[in-house]
Amino acid sequence: MPAIVLQTTPKMAQRQFVDRVMGALLSLATLIALAPLVLVIAFILGNGAAGINLDLLTQLPKPVGELGGGLANAFVGTAILIALAVLMGVPVGILAGVYLSEFGHSRFASLLRFLTDVLTGVPSIVIGIVAYSAIVLPMHSFSAVSGGFALALIMVPVVTRTTEEALKRVPQALREAALGLGVAEWKSILFVVIPSGMGGIVTGVMLAVARISGETAPLLFTAFGSRFWQDGLNKPIAALPLQIFQYAVAPYKDWHNQAWAAAFMLMLLILGLNVCVRVLTRSGFQRVR
Amino acid sequence: MAAVQVAPRSRRLPSFLGAANLPDLTFRGIVFVIGALGLVGIIALIVGSMIAESMPAIRAFGPSFMVSNVWDPVKRQFGAIPFVYGTITTSLIALIIAAPISIGVALFAVEMAPPWLGNAISVIVELLAAIPSVLLGLWGIFVMVPFLQRVVEPWLIDRFPGVPLFEGPPYGVGLLAGGLILAIMVVPTIVAVSRDVVVAVPIAQREAMLALGATDWEATARAVLPYCRSGLLGATILGLGRALGETMAVTMVIGNRADISASLFHPSYTMASVIANEFTEATNDLYVSALVEVGLLLFGVTIVMNMIARLLVWSTARASEAQLRMA
Amino acid sequence: MVGISLAASLESVATEQRAEVVTRAAKGLETRNVNAYYGNFEALHDVTLDMQANKVTALIGPSGCGKSTFIRCLNRLHEVVRDARVEGRVLLDGQDLYEPGIDPVIVRRNIGMVFQRPNPFPTMSIFDNVAAGLRLNGVRSRALLTDKVEKSLVQAALWDEVKDKLKKPALALSGGQQQRLCIARTIAIDPTVVLMDEPCSSLDPISTLKIEDLIYDLKQTVTIVIVTHNMQQAARVSDYTAFLLGNEQRAGELVEYGVTKVIFTNPSDVRTENYITGRFG
Repeated sequence: MPAIVLQTTPKMAQRQFVDRVMGALLSLATLIALAPLVLVIAFILGNGAAGINLDLLTQLPKPVGELGGGLANAFVGTAILIALAVLMGVPVGILAGVYLSEFGHSRFASLLRFLTDVLTGVPSIVIGIVAYSAIVLPMHSFSAVSGGFALALIMVPVVTRTTEEALKRVPQALREAALGLGVAEWKSILFVVIPSGMGGIVTGVMLAVARISGETAPLLFTAFGSRFWQDGLNKPIAALPLQIFQYAVAPYKDWHNQAWAAAFMLMLLILGLNVCVRVLTRSGFQRVR
Repeated sequence: MAAVQVAPRSRRLPSFLGAANLPDLTFRGIVFVIGALGLVGIIALIVGSMIAESMPAIRAFGPSFMVSNVWDPVKRQFGAIPFVYGTITTSLIALIIAAPISIGVALFAVEMAPPWLGNAISVIVELLAAIPSVLLGLWGIFVMVPFLQRVVEPWLIDRFPGVPLFEGPPYGVGLLAGGLILAIMVVPTIVAVSRDVVVAVPIAQREAMLALGATDWEATARAVLPYCRSGLLGATILGLGRALGETMAVTMVIGNRADISASLFHPSYTMASVIANEFTEATNDLYVSALVEVGLLLFGVTIVMNMIARLLVWSTARASEAQLRMA
Repeated sequence: MVGISLAASLESVATEQRAEVVTRAAKGLETRNVNAYYGNFEALHDVTLDMQANKVTALIGPSGCGKSTFIRCLNRLHEVVRDARVEGRVLLDGQDLYEPGIDPVIVRRNIGMVFQRPNPFPTMSIFDNVAAGLRLNGVRSRALLTDKVEKSLVQAALWDEVKDKLKKPALALSGGQQQRLCIARTIAIDPTVVLMDEPCSSLDPISTLKIEDLIYDLKQTVTIVIVTHNMQQAARVSDYTAFLLGNEQRAGELVEYGVTKVIFTNPSDVRTENYITGRFG
């Protein structure tokens, strides 16, 4: 009777070898994919740290060719633009998310949901063109408002989907309990469901803010940038990523240094927001109380 | 509680609006008008203004816009080919590099790595996705491009003399730089979606292959990968969509010259870059309109890619669910 | 020699078909003091069991008693789960499958498994599904594959129903047909032992009967170990029956084991009797 051989044969050894090689390749792929993150952050931290000083945060840019100065107006400008974008975009996004989650069971709603997802993939430069045509042209001027509008257009689909997901996580039992107690639908949504999902809504907004704070392309011909303090929301306004771009492609070494330093600050802001969201999510911020 | 007012039910209202009382109706109205119609309005605004603003150029050049490679603002002759070429080439380079690597990362994270490592990888990938384009471009200009110019490109010229892909002086900036930086930006997208797709493959598939006497890699390659191949394709196309629309990082490293050349070292121009660079310099309305038409082209292609990709990914998810539910 | 070169042995099979089926002797499987763990949780304790060659051994017991865990220890599939491990010995033809240096992949080639829910490979045709294991082992010859696929489908009582549509996708088949396809896929590589984890639990009664019939024929060439929660099935199909008891608080243990007829008519342990007469479980 033939015995059963359990020892490794040459063919088997070959297959084992392939298995090990592929495993090594997969590990290598992971290292290669993650290396840029490490490299980029390292360089920004390394090159940027040296340029961080009080001047950067408090001084206006000097005239072209002169050394020194800072990016105070860009920091303020980014803050203003984010505020405008949040004011214009977040209410629409949250309400749209409420619609999709609480009332969105029709074919229209499914189509809207799909289109919203597709919207998140619209190139931001195209959004810039839209804002240009909608606001800059009629106003005959670049402005903070148009920049904020462009950023709001980017925020809305993101906030819509994160709000919908957050509200979907609220257990149906909660809604039924409220309605069963005789609470009107609008009250139940406004005072029970939305507060329960508030954690997810807030983190969604934070992630959207993190995203728009680094957006440059849509600001190129809306906010346009400026080397002076803000003079009203209907005038051009400086923004941090915009300034980084303009300084990086210019020939002045001093500007390059400032660009790295500004990148450092922007990176801190964005990574900080992302880490915050992560920590909040893990600590049960989103769980229904 | 206040007495509930019962409004007469109108048969002409859509059922969504058929709330029983005024406060509910008002609330639903607000949500619908600002939320839903707001979204619809945004979509309409985007599509509408892109088409409207590019109309002058569409009327002036018609279909020749897509095939002409003359971009002469002075003579008011505009053709999009140089930018289409640059966009396609850099995106292809990006995908060829990023797709296999990203799918490899997804497989590693799901099939090989212990859970803590798999999660750590997801976190790192998400952080990579959060880096703004302009910051990657900054790193690109001052770190990657000099490296390409001094080390990589000369080496390639040395090793592959006479190959048209590697001809010409090593500028550093150019198609290769653009493709590489796009690859870095596209990896997080493909990894994230691929990971979801691979996780959705039922364990029973892998176990069935293992039970036949397969090594881990064979089980992955013969059972898992074929099962989710359309989802992986969707992930790749989503990455392509992202690559096509990327602006800042590419603009900063591609050299910004409207030339078509076979060499990867040659400076080039993408659709997004030309808009970014020339929009504010556009001296006449036809110029602006031509740029917007380039944007419209970009918009159309990205939207279509996005839709196809989502349908592919969605169909894989449905297939897994269906199999699980099957008796 | 089974295991050295499947391709080579298959070539000799092609010329000695009938003789091969009759004289081929399956081997018995024995476990000695097997403990199985998921992390720190002990799912099986000290299971010592003999599964006779060319016989059907049924494993019965209440849900969660560890029957599935046990058979997954037999083909070293248990250890695929993270933090899962096995202690003790599992002997195939006297060789310990868990000896260091033995590749689980080779073990699984010799001990096949049919799962609770049919799991054909959806992107493959019926033919390719059955041929999957053969291709894994390097069999490329078209003639050999076709021959082997047909033989396996015949043994799995599926040939007549699919012989005209071998290229059709596997998912086009009904549930019962898919399970027989999975059986064909498993036996195509000539395993010594075939493990079946509740193979009929998701099927209709007619498909169940078809499979029980083919099990009866199959045991002439392989040793079969079948987990079932259906006692009538165990009584119909098996030569030997083992009764296990365990739950989330207690590790599964072998209570009693013996000839099926005896177990069902005159069990020695009162727990067995309680289970069989339906007083619990």
